[in-house]
Amino acid sequence: MAYADAPFAALADPTRRRVLERLARGPRAVGEIAEGLPVSRPAVSQHLKVLKDAGLVSDRQDGARRIYAIDPRGLGAMRGWLDQFWDEAMQALAAEIERTAQAEKEQDR
Amino acid sequence: MNLAIKPAPVKKSISVVATPETAFRVFTAGFDRWWPRTHSIGEAPLKTAVIEPAVGGRWYGILENGAEAEWGEVLAWEPPRRLLLAWRIGADWTYDSSLLTEVEVTFTPEAGATRVELEHRLLENMGAAGEGARAQFDSDGGWSGLLAMFAARAAEAE
Repeated sequence: MAYADAPFAALADPTRRRVLERLARGPRAVGEIAEGLPVSRPAVSQHLKVLKDAGLVSDRQDGARRIYAIDPRGLGAMRGWLDQFWDEAMQALAAEIERTAQAEKEQDR
Repeated sequence: MNLAIKPAPVKKSISVVATPETAFRVFTAGFDRWWPRTHSIGEAPLKTAVIEPAVGGRWYGILENGAEAEWGEVLAWEPPRRLLLAWRIGADWTYDSSLLTEVEVTFTPEAGATRVELEHRLLENMGAAGEGARAQFDSDGGWSGLLAMFAARAAEAE
């Protein structure tokens, strides 16, 4: 999998999206994140690891606890999204320009 | 916290067999004919996409439910060579009139064709880095819109 795809793949899982939504409200420890989620705490830890590997979440040690937060470099994920978006848009634009140019040429004949 | 993270601009370049005049016209007046529907911003699917043809003109979408979704406006209108748009959609995937990122499009003639180059810059203003992000993340909905977009994109990729 290409690096740029990692955030998208990581977020395909609904539990991981919920984990990230909780972190969007502020940094949390695993226990707080797991609260109310229909999965075990070890499972949440596993999801956090995937999110961290995808560059969406960062962690730091705070005494005995590990605190997770949204990784500010997650802006890279937004950039990755835009990069793919503009790729698609420009392909569609090129096709439409050439279709239009062709149609106008035929009209002139 | 002051994080000096500055993402590189997104740059794209295509070559089309057409004049700059035609390319510029399709990009602007024909905007609705090519703008991808898979990435609609707003609560309902996108029906019509519009770039108004003048400096200060609106750049927006009309949704299936009749509502309008602002994307930004025209900053420079120089047919057929250059177009500069303000993209005011933030990392929380909502319109913010105080947010400025720029999309510059140039149309350059080259042997029997036109090179169309697009640059989406000032992405650092989206504020996902640093203090600016805090308020966005704290607001209701915050990231969820963006997350939904990511999920949709991931599903497409499968």
